[in-house]
Amino acid sequence: MRKLFGLLITIALGVMIILALDKTSAFPKFGEVDLQERISSQYLTEENIEMVGSANIVTAIVVGYRGFDTLGEVTVLFISALGVAFIFGGTKQKRLDLKFKPNFMLRVGSNVLLGIILVTSLYIILHGHLTPGGGFPGGAIIASSVLLLYLADDKFRSNVKGFKLMEGIAGSIFVVVGLLGLIFATAFLENFLPVGTVGQLLSAGIIPIIYVLIGLKVGSEIAGVVDNFLTEEESA
Amino acid sequence: MIQYASIILFVIGIYGLFVSKNVIKMIVSLNIMEIGLNIFIISIGFVGDGAIAPIISSTQDLGLIFVDPLPQALVLTAIVIGVGTTALALAFAKTIYKTYNTFELDEMEESA
Repeated sequence: MRKLFGLLITIALGVMIILALDKTSAFPKFGEVDLQERISSQYLTEENIEMVGSANIVTAIVVGYRGFDTLGEVTVLFISALGVAFIFGGTKQKRLDLKFKPNFMLRVGSNVLLGIILVTSLYIILHGHLTPGGGFPGGAIIASSVLLLYLADDKFRSNVKGFKLMEGIAGSIFVVVGLLGLIFATAFLENFLPVGTVGQLLSAGIIPIIYVLIGLKVGSEIAGVVDNFLTEEESA
Repeated sequence: MIQYASIILFVIGIYGLFVSKNVIKMIVSLNIMEIGLNIFIISIGFVGDGAIAPIISSTQDLGLIFVDPLPQALVLTAIVIGVGTTALALAFAKTIYKTYNTFELDEMEESA
């Protein structure tokens, strides 16, 4: 009965959504969009690309035009990580046991893999303004390396205090870079460095700096969340 | 029509929220809803056959057009927020399991 009722409500809701969106500008026919009618076409003009200097236009929007929005986004992620730490609180933490005993090969192999994963994440973070990727995916890859060590080594405990320190420092420098924009330019988080040539590693002004900071912050936050999930309070 | 598919995904998520009484299944339903919405937002930025990702490269002289970059930037934000909410929800679920030894909402009422 419950399932039938739920099915009826959801079908009605789906029909309502489609009817409400149909033939409006929010529901264009797939693949038949004219970018010139939208504000997005201005992001793609030659002079605006030269002004921001980022080859990846999505990065230009996320960090360049909407940098303040990204600061809020990182804050939301920080608050949720804080909430997870608060729920799993308690001082005496011990890690969850593995069901098997990892042998020598697994431990050494995971350490070799750790280096490759960290180098890949650094590459993705540093080239956020040139290639797909950036601070958020790179940070998630950093956190995945912590998860790998937790799963492959039964003695491993991550340095939670170090993560918290790195997260706080990265977030603070992000705000400081924004305030420097207020001093050397006209607005918060405005670019005050030379833009350089589009497509080079050292270009786009403060965008690579901010994306590296975001990568470190996101990486340490998600690694802290992983650590919180894989530890529990010591039963006395 | 990928937009209808994304709306169907969203509706499947809502159905899961209505019907299931398992905490983990509810979190999975929330994630399905989120994926549906993300696909919808991305799909309204697609401009047509042959459009490429909005990254300036040496191939831009070939007369290719870029897709709309704004929905992609917004979905990047939405994915990160989704990770945060999912982590928090899973933390709640773990606490619930520790307290009641079950994920089912019905069994929790009986044992309370």
